[in-house]
Amino acid sequence: MINVYDLHKSFGSIIAVDGVSFSVKKGEVLGFLGPNGAGKSTTMKMLSCFLEPDSGYATINNCSTVTDSIGVRKNLGYLAENAPSYEEMNPYNFLKFICNIRNIKGTACKNAIEKVAHECAISNIMYQQIGTLSKGYKRRVGLAQALIHNPDVLILDEPTDGLDPNQKFEVRQLIKKLAPQKAIIISTHILEEVDSLCSRLIIIANGKILVDSTPNQLRKQEQGNLDEIFRKITTTLQGVNV
Amino acid sequence: MNSIISIFKREFQSYFATPLAYVFLTIFLILSSYQTFANGFFESRQASLRIFFSNMPILFILLVPAIAMRLWSEERKSKSIELLFTLPITTTQAVLGKFFAAWLMLFVALFLTFPIVISVAYLGTPDYGPIITGYVGSVLLAGSYLSISLFFSALTKNQVISFILSVVACGCFLYAGSPSILESLQNKLPINIIEIIESLSFISRFESIQRGVLQLRDISFFLVLGAGWLWATVVILEERKAE
Repeated sequence: MINVYDLHKSFGSIIAVDGVSFSVKKGEVLGFLGPNGAGKSTTMKMLSCFLEPDSGYATINNCSTVTDSIGVRKNLGYLAENAPSYEEMNPYNFLKFICNIRNIKGTACKNAIEKVAHECAISNIMYQQIGTLSKGYKRRVGLAQALIHNPDVLILDEPTDGLDPNQKFEVRQLIKKLAPQKAIIISTHILEEVDSLCSRLIIIANGKILVDSTPNQLRKQEQGNLDEIFRKITTTLQGVNV
Repeated sequence: MNSIISIFKREFQSYFATPLAYVFLTIFLILSSYQTFANGFFESRQASLRIFFSNMPILFILLVPAIAMRLWSEERKSKSIELLFTLPITTTQAVLGKFFAAWLMLFVALFLTFPIVISVAYLGTPDYGPIITGYVGSVLLAGSYLSISLFFSALTKNQVISFILSVVACGCFLYAGSPSILESLQNKLPINIIEIIESLSFISRFESIQRGVLQLRDISFFLVLGAGWLWATVVILEERKAE
């Protein structure tokens, strides 16, 4: 469902993504790991067609991000870093706006909003201004926005950041529930999340993929817990052996 | 079309979700009426809105950038631009949706000045031709200022910078054809460049429309200029939306 071919992106002299290729099949949850500034968000932005790659391309549901970005965006639910939204709106109107743009109208729109409000547990704050909501609620409104059109592919940039432990648990349950029908990429700093959620993981640093494996396989291969392995892999590359 | 309408509706409603719309409309109505009466509406003893319309170019220079500055700067600042451009819409649709929402806002402001039309109709027998063309000219002028301001709003995430650049750019277009500026340029630039500068000026075209002379070339000037700036906005957004 998601195929990425040799993506490159630099900002001035800084190389953010340097030849990233991978693919994700239906039913897979791919954990995207890496230190800050590794190129995770940049890769996700290129997959969601917000950024254009310098070279390389990706296909989502057979639509190319370079030549058919509208087709990609129709099939994609994307939660950007920090879950941006329109703060002066309330979640109900915000989700209605997303439905309108995605051509979901009338009762279908009403049903879709009810469904995601229930799934993301935001039914009780539907008429409160988004700007006044807590970080956790804002993130869940963002998640609701990404799920509302029941997309085949989900790309979620740190979906559980800022949530309390209960909310994290609920969001993970939700992602697990959705997983069999979709191809999902999540980026995260929380390694336990990878263990509980992801069927595959990619570790990226300095724009390059260092590991493409499953959590269990990696543990076996490197002998240790994921935290240690992550530190070992990402710091040796940067020349800071800890 | 559906996407343009969705953006348009959201943007127009968001003016009223904050005090911005009310502040803008109140200030516009107070200033436009005050200028009219202070500049001799009664003393001229004519049932016409010439004085009322002659204030529009100056008034719009401050007020149009004020309602346009947030359109893209705020999207950049709050990062919602990343949400917007990962929805299935093109940059052109987003730009048009926002432009028409702000233009409608200016249209509403002009519409709410109708009591002054009623006043002249009550006080005398005005010639409605120049009044209608005056409104048409004001809507066109507002649209041109708006497209310029939208461009500068797309340039930066700082609303104050966007406002100042817009005011300066609108001012340049307004005063380009004024005699004092043309005179000062006369010895420095070749005559054809001076003619081009003169032809780009808003003021002479607005004045002729406001006098009741609605010429196709003046209307197309405003439309082409507006379209040009909107196109530039689309280009700048596509190039630098992530910055």
